[in-house]
Amino acid sequence: MNKQTVAYDSKVEGEVIVTRADAVINWIRKNSVWPMPMGLACCAIELMAAGGSRFDISRFGMEVMRFSPRQADCMIVAGTVTYKMAEVVRRIYEQMGDPKWVVAMGACASSGGMYRSYATLQGVDRVVPVDVYVSGCPPRPEALLDAMIKLQEKIKDENSVKNLLTKHPINKIRKDAVS
Amino acid sequence: MSEIEKSELLDRFAYLSERESGDHLAVNCPAEQLIEFCTILRDEFQFDLLLDVTAIDWDVATPRFTGVYHFYSTVKQMYIRVASDCKDNIKPTLPSLVSLYSAADWHERETYDLMGIIYEGHPNLKRILMWDSYPYHPLRKDFPLAGIETPLPAEDVVEQTNLKVSAAPMMGGPFVSSGDGKMSQTEPKAKDESWNEEKGK
Repeated sequence: MNKQTVAYDSKVEGEVIVTRADAVINWIRKNSVWPMPMGLACCAIELMAAGGSRFDISRFGMEVMRFSPRQADCMIVAGTVTYKMAEVVRRIYEQMGDPKWVVAMGACASSGGMYRSYATLQGVDRVVPVDVYVSGCPPRPEALLDAMIKLQEKIKDENSVKNLLTKHPINKIRKDAVS
Repeated sequence: MSEIEKSELLDRFAYLSERESGDHLAVNCPAEQLIEFCTILRDEFQFDLLLDVTAIDWDVATPRFTGVYHFYSTVKQMYIRVASDCKDNIKPTLPSLVSLYSAADWHERETYDLMGIIYEGHPNLKRILMWDSYPYHPLRKDFPLAGIETPLPAEDVVEQTNLKVSAAPMMGGPFVSSGDGKMSQTEPKAKDESWNEEKGK
C-alpha cells in the first residue's frame, strides 16, 4: 500500500482517526470558508471573476458566496471605503458569527489607495480587524486566490479550542490614527 | 445656429450678458431673473434637458460663488450654459429649478452638499453625499483636500473602533500631471517627493 500515509493508517488504526481537536476544527474551517463579498468598487469585478469558471474559487472550497453576513464567515472588502460607508462595514462585520475573518482586497481597502482625500477611510483596518491584505489596483483574481490560500494557512494554525472559550485574540483593529 | 440664438437671446433679454466660452453658447443671468429666463428657455427655445448644475468658488473674489447650469435641446441638438452669481459670499443663495426641471433635484442637493449653495424653494435640500451632520462643504477653496478632523455620527461604532475622520496623509501631494509633453514624462507626481526612495536613482 501507499507508504506516504502519515496521519492515517487503516491497517493500524482501523476506522478510528487519532488527532488533535485543533487540527480537526481548523481543517474543517479552512476548507469551508464562506466569503461575503463587500463589493464597493472595481475590485468587486475582479472578485466576481475569481468566482467565475476561468479562475474558479471553488477549487479551494470557498465558492459559497453569501450576501448575508449571518451566513458568512469571511468578509472580502473589495473597494474604496468612504467614511460614510465605514460605519456600515463595521455593522455588517458585527453581524457575522464567530469565528470570522476579513480580507482587505486591493490598495483602497488596505490603505485608502489613490484616494488621499477628505472622504476616504485610509485603510479598512481602522474599523475591522484585517487578516490578509492584497496589493493591486485592482488585484488580479489570482492574487485574491493567493490571499485566500494564505488565509487558509492562517486558519490552519489557529488555537481554535482555546479561542472557543476566549475572545478571538486576532480581533484587534488599528487605533493609531496617522494624520 | 448658435450665433442666431445668441443674438436673439441677448436682444430679447436686457438683463443677460454674454459669457466667455471656449465651446458652447454661454450667458450670464442675474439670480433674480433666473427662473423667468429658464422657463422661457425651456418652453420657447426648446432646451428641454437640464444636464448639469454646478458652481464655481472664486476664492477671494467677489462675488465668490457662481452657479452654473448646462442645458441641452434635444430638438435643436445644441447646448447652452447659464451662469448666475450669488450675491452673498457668506450664505450664497440661488433660486431652485426643481419646479422647472426635476433633474435639478439631486444636482442641487449635490451642489449644496459640496459647495454650500443654498437653493431657495428646493423641496428637500439636504446633503446627498456626505452625512447629514457633516459640518463642511468640501469642494470650497478654503477646504483642504486632505480633510479636517471630524467626529463620525454613529456613536456605537465610534465607541467600538474609536474612529473619526482624520486628515489624509498627503505625502507632498496632490498628485498632478506636470502638463504637456509625452505621457511617459508627465505622469502624475507630488511636488515634494523626498519620501520616494527611487528619487536618488
